[in-house]
Amino acid sequence: MTTTASSYTRPSWVKMNFQAIIGRSLPRVIGAYREPSWIFMETIMPILAIAAYVYIYKAMEAPPQYIGYVIIGGAMTAYWMNVLWSMAAQFYWEKEMGNLELYMMAPISRMSILGGMALGGMFNTSVRAVTTVVVGMFIFNIAFKLDDPLMFGLIFGLTLFALYGMGMMFASLYLLWGREAINLSNLMTDPIYLVSGFYFPVKYLGVLIGAAASIIPITLGLDAMRQLLFPGFGDGFLPVWVEMATLVVLCFVFFVLAKYMLDYMEMLGRRDGRLTMRWQ
Amino acid sequence: MKNLWSTFKNASWLGWQMESNWAQPWLFFLYAVVRPIAGSLLLVVMYMVITGGTTGALFAYIYVGSALFMFVAQVLFGAAWVIHEDREHYQTLKYLYISPANFYAYIMGRSMGKIVLTAFSVVITMLFGVFALGLEMPLAAMNWPLIIVGMVLGLACITAFGLALAGISFLTARHAISMNESVAGIFYLFCGAIFPISALPVWSWGFAKAIPVSYWLYIMRMAIFGADSDVVALDTSMSGYDVQTGLLILVASTLVLIVVSVGIFKIGDYIARKKGLIDMTTAY
Repeated sequence: MTTTASSYTRPSWVKMNFQAIIGRSLPRVIGAYREPSWIFMETIMPILAIAAYVYIYKAMEAPPQYIGYVIIGGAMTAYWMNVLWSMAAQFYWEKEMGNLELYMMAPISRMSILGGMALGGMFNTSVRAVTTVVVGMFIFNIAFKLDDPLMFGLIFGLTLFALYGMGMMFASLYLLWGREAINLSNLMTDPIYLVSGFYFPVKYLGVLIGAAASIIPITLGLDAMRQLLFPGFGDGFLPVWVEMATLVVLCFVFFVLAKYMLDYMEMLGRRDGRLTMRWQ
Repeated sequence: MKNLWSTFKNASWLGWQMESNWAQPWLFFLYAVVRPIAGSLLLVVMYMVITGGTTGALFAYIYVGSALFMFVAQVLFGAAWVIHEDREHYQTLKYLYISPANFYAYIMGRSMGKIVLTAFSVVITMLFGVFALGLEMPLAAMNWPLIIVGMVLGLACITAFGLALAGISFLTARHAISMNESVAGIFYLFCGAIFPISALPVWSWGFAKAIPVSYWLYIMRMAIFGADSDVVALDTSMSGYDVQTGLLILVASTLVLIVVSVGIFKIGDYIARKKGLIDMTTAY
């Protein structure tokens, strides 16, 4: 039986947006696994670069917890890269591929599209991150001491929530940009690894840099997770509860800002006719 | 020959334009400076956290190695990415096939943009190391002829690796970007880029010495700091190689690599045309 115009009932706004989230997340999960080389390249090979940082510490005869710091930091780089390239810069790619106008026409929130990207990206990235941690623990014989798994899970969840909220906010900027998007994402790799303390405790950069870098959720999330996994070494920047409270604030701020900035940038894009410009 | 030069020249110009014309010159300058210095500072801070701030031979080893390694990462990435960029993003790869342009010269030319930009970043990073971090690199004591020969051989070797990756890229989807990063990751770990090869487990030394990039970095450190310097002596796994032996191995392995990479490129190109992958798009 076919649906006629008179019998068609428009789905609720909630249902449509839920479908949009699932619909945008599935290609990330299914699409990636259609290319088997991805599993090897994305899960095993990144460990090599992380291992290089481990061996620097070994060459300097650093205390063993630093090797653990590198492994956790290395695992979190996967999320940062995913946010930069597959969240923030994604609207640039969608514009290049001609999908952006389809998203704009659909009767759904842009936040749902980005939410779907985040969900699919988190799944893929978590496979890589977990593999990094497990293989890293096995190869370098690192033991974590997790006394409070609930707090760890909460910190990790809040970090991802705030981080992907930040990615949504960046996506609004990238909505209008051309090739600057690629270069800006490149620019936010090594400098962010440095100021956020991906491979060393951020407290060694001093209070000012540490405080400024705390705007990036991974800075505090990573510091708190390291304090929970390696207690007693005194390498933390702030008490864990303070870092958790700050992450809660960041979650709220980034999601609200993302909503406003997306609407504003979309308005600018429509007005200036830049939403469909390609190869710029 | 005229066609080769013409293709190389125009591809170089195109590569440079694509690298640099997306922004105002001041922003481009900032981009070219900030990222490499931050990458080196990352290692510097790791070093300072553990040693408490004293600089020495290991510091010089790490800093110079990380600066030179920019060539490896950028050129490897650049050469292989040309295939994906032209095939899927700009969708111009098929037009290259029907033009009189020589494909090898085109890829070499496109890589030149990356090489020029990276050379600029390496010089800035070195100057930052000398003037801001107290890195000891006496210009008069450097072996300049060896630096020039080493750079030419090193770039030839890295570009050959890039060409091989470009050949493989004909057959892979867009996410093959991780393949380029993975190969760079192997070199980063095994070639003595940021720590001596002797810090690795002994079983892996043979693998490390089978990669020409290891000899390139070793020769460049000998050229910059002197063959008898503390910096060079840090890597006990390479202690049996003098300048001549290192150069000989680098020349021989680079020649072999060039032949192999051209072979891989031709095979990749043949299979891609046979399977109709020349205008494949794999975005998702």
